[in-house]
Formats: sequence, structure tokens, C-alpha cells
Amino acid sequence: MSEFFGVILISLFQLLLVLATGPLVNGIIKKTKARFQRRRGASVLQPYFDLAKLFRKEVVVPFVASWLFRITPYLVFASTLVIALLVPTVATPVPLHWMGDIITVIYLFALGRFFVALVGLDTGGAFGGLGSSREMSIASIIEPAMMLAIFTVAVTAGSTNLSVIVGRLTSSPASMLNPAHLLAFSGLFIVTLAETGRVPVDNPATHLELTMIHEAMILEYSGRYLALIEWASQMKLIVFLALLSNMFFPLYMATTWSPWALLIGSAAFFGKIIVLAVVVAVVESTNAKLRLFRVPELLMVAFILSLLALILYFIIGA
Amino acid sequence: MHDWTYLQLPVFLFMATGFAAGALLPVILTGLRRRDVMSRDVFERVVKNFGFIAAFVSSLAGCILALSILLYGEPLHVDLLYTRHFGMMSIHADRLSALFLGTISLLAAAVSVYSLGYATEFLGRRNLGLLVFLYNAFLLSMVSVVVAGHTVLFVFVWEAMSLTTYFLINYDHEDPASRRAAFLYVVMTHIGTALLVVMFMLLYSFTGAFGFESLKSAGPRIPAFERSLIFLCAAIGFGVKAGIIPFHIWLPEAHPAAPSNISALMSGVMIKTGIYGMVRVFFDFLGPDIPQWWGVLILVLAVASSVLGVLYALMEHDLKRLLAFHSIENIGIILMGVGAALLFSSLGNNALAALALIAGLYHVLNHAMFKGLLFLGAGSVLHGTHSRNIEELGGLIEKMPWTSFFFLIGAVAISGLPPLNGFVSEWLTFQALLLGFHISDLVVKIAVPLTVALLALTGALAAACFVKAFGITFLGLPRSDRAMHARESSPTMIAAMASLAIACAVFGLAPGLVVSVLDPIASSLLGTNLSGQVSLNGGMLLVPDSTSTSISPPVLTGLLMAIIAVPLVGAFLLGGRLRTRAAMTWACGLPKIEPRMQYSATGFSKPIRMIFSNIYRATHEIEISEETSPYFRASITYELKTESVFLKHIYEPAYNIIVTSARMFRRIQTGHLQSYLAYIFITLVLLLLFAR
Repeated sequence: MSEFFGVILISLFQLLLVLATGPLVNGIIKKTKARFQRRRGASVLQPYFDLAKLFRKEVVVPFVASWLFRITPYLVFASTLVIALLVPTVATPVPLHWMGDIITVIYLFALGRFFVALVGLDTGGAFGGLGSSREMSIASIIEPAMMLAIFTVAVTAGSTNLSVIVGRLTSSPASMLNPAHLLAFSGLFIVTLAETGRVPVDNPATHLELTMIHEAMILEYSGRYLALIEWASQMKLIVFLALLSNMFFPLYMATTWSPWALLIGSAAFFGKIIVLAVVVAVVESTNAKLRLFRVPELLMVAFILSLLALILYFIIGA
Repeated sequence: MHDWTYLQLPVFLFMATGFAAGALLPVILTGLRRRDVMSRDVFERVVKNFGFIAAFVSSLAGCILALSILLYGEPLHVDLLYTRHFGMMSIHADRLSALFLGTISLLAAAVSVYSLGYATEFLGRRNLGLLVFLYNAFLLSMVSVVVAGHTVLFVFVWEAMSLTTYFLINYDHEDPASRRAAFLYVVMTHIGTALLVVMFMLLYSFTGAFGFESLKSAGPRIPAFERSLIFLCAAIGFGVKAGIIPFHIWLPEAHPAAPSNISALMSGVMIKTGIYGMVRVFFDFLGPDIPQWWGVLILVLAVASSVLGVLYALMEHDLKRLLAFHSIENIGIILMGVGAALLFSSLGNNALAALALIAGLYHVLNHAMFKGLLFLGAGSVLHGTHSRNIEELGGLIEKMPWTSFFFLIGAVAISGLPPLNGFVSEWLTFQALLLGFHISDLVVKIAVPLTVALLALTGALAAACFVKAFGITFLGLPRSDRAMHARESSPTMIAAMASLAIACAVFGLAPGLVVSVLDPIASSLLGTNLSGQVSLNGGMLLVPDSTSTSISPPVLTGLLMAIIAVPLVGAFLLGGRLRTRAAMTWACGLPKIEPRMQYSATGFSKPIRMIFSNIYRATHEIEISEETSPYFRASITYELKTESVFLKHIYEPAYNIIVTSARMFRRIQTGHLQSYLAYIFITLVLLLLFAR
């Protein structure tokens, strides 16, 4: 019985962690970008205030919209939370790791995207369709690169279970510096930028119809619905950063659920996430957004990197 | 547990007579009607109701029979008739047959219920007697194909299946497009049948056997070259029926031309008889010890079919053609499992081969369910709006709420998204391929990662395509009067779609159950059992060879349902009661949004068309007619064409060669009796000289 409560307690901790840090990472990226533009920028806590405000505001629902418009924010939010239970953050293994593997994680994200893209077409405006069309096209070409990068990691670990992948690396840290591993990391980093709608693929700060992708799909959302969608995409970013840091560099991760190990694990997790967030901000500040039809080339680079990683793994072994 | 297997034979006879009775009913009644015993109206209603109910009841019997064979493992063997030259013709249904029989019967049961409502549209307009006759004959021949246990019987019922579908495609024979589609189908399918006959004759010449039981594991008795010849004949012969690229050209024409209930059956299960034939011949007859290149060839065909199938589907805005191209894609995914199984088995890793084969067979079952559902949905849309062109539709979610809901379920399932069934079989395919990478063989190391990457691409493109198909058809504003005045379909049609949607959910949520049924099939074909390797506790699916890779769809789904409470309650705590206000969609300041402002299907798929422009080779023409000045345009026509590489570079040249050679033969066909007599004389002399 105590084991059961343990599972619940740890899962709740995991949920709260991802829920709470999602907006923070967004704040850090925005702050760093502001500094690059020689602005002071808003406080790193600003995303929390934004969400709180949005939750209190009324929702404007277009006449055309169907029930899909109303359920999608909840569905996207909930599926992101389920993903948060599958991905190791501060400690490994996560208690519900048997429920789904990395492929499940990717497909759950695809489920959320499927519904958001449908909502883009649901409102009957031109912007929504524009966003859906672009989002689904780019998602299609992200997928092979992402799968191949994950394939490399999974093949090294002999499993697609995230906790096993992470656990194997914590027990043999030397393989973190394996060149195959590093190449797969860089492939997945590009994929992360594309998947979470960052510059140079998409610009999260724009509302210009020529350039927006994700923002165009959710243009008709407001108030509470917008808050849920925004929060979910912030959590998506942190999940991807957690994947990047823990699938490749699970240093100082807690392997038991003792308070001391958790403390170190949390500190290490935050350190890694902040570093990655700053790197994302640097990439965003130093690159221009690519033209839509140049994006496939970028993703081709990610694909080739992952393929090289696999070939290297094949030649020199794990 | 009591052994009920002695009931198999009566159930089988009941099923067969049921279909036969359903087929004969209109024939007998037509005889009565000739004598003015009943009016046309009564005749049609009787034929429709009793014919489709007979099909429904027989299909249920088929389900029961299939389940009993799958669960007890006792094959059904019925000796039909003894012929002097071919020996005993018999029915032999083992577990593999039972899987396909079950899949066919399950879909046929739903489609029969659907047809009760769907065919009311034909009352007084079309020849309903013919439809009911062909429908039942089609089902009977299709179930016979998968249970036939004798070469000659197989070819006979295979041909019967091909011919009934030919007439069904041609049902709308006033339409020249239907006639063309039916002709193309009958030509293509006979190329396939010819190769199958060659294959069975080759098999006979080396084994002396016609019975499927005596052909089992006949591979080692056949010399290597002939064995590969048999393999190629089977791959192409069955491949034509399965619609794999490059033998697919009939499929996107034929499936939309047939009535929608027939399209569902053709796309959902008829093309699977090709898969059945391949699995039967490759694993049952020609295995074990197969050359490596067989698996590679099937994998290449599989990857080409899946990627090109979905890419072509993206360019379609005819709803039924779009679904037909998705059938090609899904046949490709099934063949990825089959090809990987061949490849792994040729390298001696039968445990992995079993996993890959299970993944493929699982997808057979899944595809039948969601593709059947989607075609029934498309039929419902066609019924309600009289349009298949999605550019004319939109906003149907208001007018046809049930159809749109079930179509959405089918769309989620076919896109391979959790928690529905498409996800599980794609997941298993991924796992089989991932584990296969550990086999130390260069070909595997190259083939496997590429297959994985392209399977991922296929899945994502399918999702894009179904966002388009569902979004443009059912969401937004109606784009025409037809969509504006759409009506929801009848309760029987909705019930049929609901049952298939439930099947999609059940097969997605209980993968352990399905795999435990599929496992004995794989073990009977490959001699390796997965049990003990696939653990099946609590609906959890654990992959062999790796101690920890697992998914648990029921828990995942339960958790997803439960966790929806978090945003609901959390939002309430953070912001109180939800206040909403209805408003117009933003239209850049214009007072009203118009349907024409929405994205069209063509516009939606434009980025994909640009990215994969090498494959599509799209050409577009814009014609602008001006009257007085370039600022006042009278009309603009826009035409966009994508080119089929296969038609242009394979089929057109082949057609030209045939026509040219036929012209050459025409020279000796002079019409003079004397010259024909001379030909006969010359032939006779030559025969006497050479064929002594």
C-alpha cells in the first residue's frame, strides 16, 4: 500500500515540477533575448502573471467554432501532463515508466498537434488554415529526423523506455562522450527547435501572417483557453529540454527517491535546463527566421546528423 | 472448458448457405416479379432488407467460426468434392485463415447493417436486386478465398471474387469513369491471376501437390531458382490485388467508383486477401530457409507504397480517392512488418521475425476497422451532401454530428495516434525494426534505419492528410449549397459506424489480447513462440528481448481521462467560472467572414507539394480572360495537375508496345480464308516437324 502511495506522491511531484517550471523557462528565454537586444526586459516571472491574468479573463468563442474548439485546450494540456509523467526529470526511473516509451511521448505530442491543427480549420478564418497547413507540413518532415535521433539512443540502450535509456547512461557515464551520442544530440537539438516552434523555424513572438505558424493556428483562442494552450506549449518546451539533457547527459540525476538525492537531482536538473534555455535564447537571437521552404533543408541537416550518428554507432560501437 | 469445436462445421455451413441464400434471393424473386406477383417497390424492399440481413447474420457466423478456430487452434477441414485430376478439393481453415476470416466477417457485419440504410437511396432508381446478389456473392467468394485449402479451388474463388468486384465497380455503369475504372481493374487483376496460376503450376510441378496442407513447408523441395520464381510470381500476383506500388494504378480508380459500402469492403478487406496470399505462400509454402533478398524486395515495395501512397493521398480532394490512396499506404505499413519478418527469418532470427509478422497482421486487423469506418463515413457524407469533392464541403460537424464524430475517430486511428488501434500496430512495427538493428548484418543495418525513418514520415504525413480531410470536410463554414443543406444519415448507418469506432478503441486498448491471439499464428508459420517473451499482464504490452520496453494503452488512456480534471479544476481555481462570449472570427477587419476566405484543400497541401515537388512534378496553368482592361477580369481559371510517374514511365510505354505489336499482327490478319488455311497448314507442318 505504501508503495502505491509512493507512486502517487512521486507522480504528483513530477507533475507539479513540470507545471511550475514551464513558465519559468519561458521567462528565462525571454529575459535572455531581451538582454541580447540591450533591453532590460520583463521579469522572468512575467509568464506566470500572464497566465494568471489570462485565466481570469473571459473567453471569446467564434460563432463558427464547434465543440472541438472547446475540448482541445483541455486535451492538449492533459496529454502534455501525461507526457510529463513519462519523462524522467530530476530522478530516474519514473514510477509510471512502463506505461509508455519515447515513441509514445512523440505520438502523444502528435495527438495534441492533430487537435490544435483541426481547431485552426474549425474557426473558418484564413489564418487558422494557414497555421495548420504549415504546422502539419513541418511536423511531417521533423518526424523522420526525430525518429532517427531517438533510434540511435534507443539502439545504444537496447530499449525505447526512457527510464532505461537514462538509467544506462547514469551507470556508464563515459558513453556520454561517445561521438555517436553527441551527433544524435545535435540532431535532436535542431528537432527540438522545430518541434517547439522556435526561431529559426517559427517565431513565437510574431503575429505577422507571413511568418507565424503555431500562433496562426491558435489565433482565435483567448482567455482561459489561450492560457491552457500557452501553458501546454511551455511544458512541451521543458519536456523537450528534459529529454535533451537527460537522454544525453544525465549527470547528477537522482537514482533513488531519497530527499538528499532529490535535492541534488533537482539542482542538477535546473542547472541543465537553464543552460539549455539560454542556448535556445542565443540561437534565437543570433539567427533570423528561415523562409518556410528553407526549413526542410535545416531538418535535412538534423536527419543527416542522426544518420551519421547511427553509422558511427555501427562502426565504433557503444 | 468444454470443447465446442464440433460446432465449427455447422457454423461454417450456416455461413456459406446464408451468403448463398442472400445472393439467390433476388434471383428467385426476380422470377416471381416477372409474373407480376409483386410490385417493384415491394420487391426492392424485400430484397434489400432480407438480402443485407442474411449477409449480416452470415457474417456473425463467420466471426464466431473465426474466433473458435483462433481460440481453440483446431483447424476446420471440409472435403468438398473429389475430382479425378486434381484430387480432393477441400476447405481448410487454420489460424491464419481464421484471422482473415474474422477480419472480413467483422467488417462485413458492420457494412451489412450500414447497407440497410445506405441502399434506401437506390430504391426505385437502381437495380437493387443486382446489388444484393453481387454483395452476397462477393462476400461468399471473399471468405472462400481465405479458407480454400486447394490450389484449383483457390484460383476458382479468387476469380469469382475478382469478377464480382468487377461488376460492383461497374454498378454505376452509366458513368464512363466507372466503366473505365472497372475495365482497368479487370485487366490488372487478371495479370495478377495469370501470375498466380503460373505460381501454382510451378508449385505443383515440384511437389505434385494441390492441397495446401501438402504444400506446407514445400520450400526445401524446390530448386533455388524456381523457388525465387515462385516468390516473384506470388509477390506480383498478390501484390496487384493488394494494390502495392507500382501495381496500384487500378486502386484509386476502382474504390471510388463502387458504391460506398462496397468501397469499404474492398479497401478494408478485399485488398487484404493479397496479404493473406503473400503470408501463406512466403511463410507457409516457401519457408523456412529463404534467401535474404526476398525480405529486402518486400521492404522496398512496402516503403515505396507507404510513402508514395500517402503523398498521393495528400494531393487528392475527392474524399474516396483520398481514402483509396491511404489504403496503398497502409498496405505498405503491413508489408513493412511482413518484409521485416522475411528478412529476419532469412537471417535465422525467428523470434524477431515473429514479432514483425505479428505487427503486420495486427495492422491488417486495424486497417480493416478504421478504413472501413472511414469509407462508411465518406459514404455517409456522399449520402448527405451528394458530393465527394471536399472543396465543396465544410461545416458538416453541425449538420452531421454523428458522422463527423465517428469519422474523427477513424482519422485519429489511421494517423497512428494513441490511444486508438493504429498506434499499437505502428508501435509494434517500430519495436520489431529497432530490435532488428542488433542483427549483425550489413543489409539489415542499412535497411532498418531507413525503414524506421520512412515509417515515421508516413505516419506524420498521414496525420497531415487527415487534418486536411477532416478539417476541410467537417469544420469551418460550408463552401457550397450542398454542404449547407446536408442531412445526417439514417440510424443504421450511424450504428454501423459506431460499432467500427468501438472496434478501433477496443483493439487499441487491449493489445495484449490481440497479440495473444496473433502469437500462435506467427508461431505456426515461423516455429517460434513469443509467449514468455511478450508479457501480457494487465493490458500491458512488453516487447521481447528487451526487459523493459512496454506500453500500456488502457492505463495511459485512463490516466489521460483522469488528468483532464487537472486543467478543468485548476482553471476553475485560478479564474473562477468560465465566462464566454460569442463573436465573429477575425477577418482582418472585414465585417463578415466568407466561406471563400477559408483555406482550401489544395491550399492546405501546398507546402507539402512544394517540399516534395520532385515526386509530384506538378504543373499549373492560370488562364485569365480580360474584357476591357487588366483590372477588370471576366474570369480566372486555375488548373493544377500532378503527374503519376508510374503511369507515364511504366504503363504508358507498356500500353504503346502492346498496341503497336497488335497493329503488326493485324497485317497477317487479312480476312482472306485462303491465307488462314495457309497459316493452319504451315502450323501443322511445323508441329509435325518439331513436336513429335
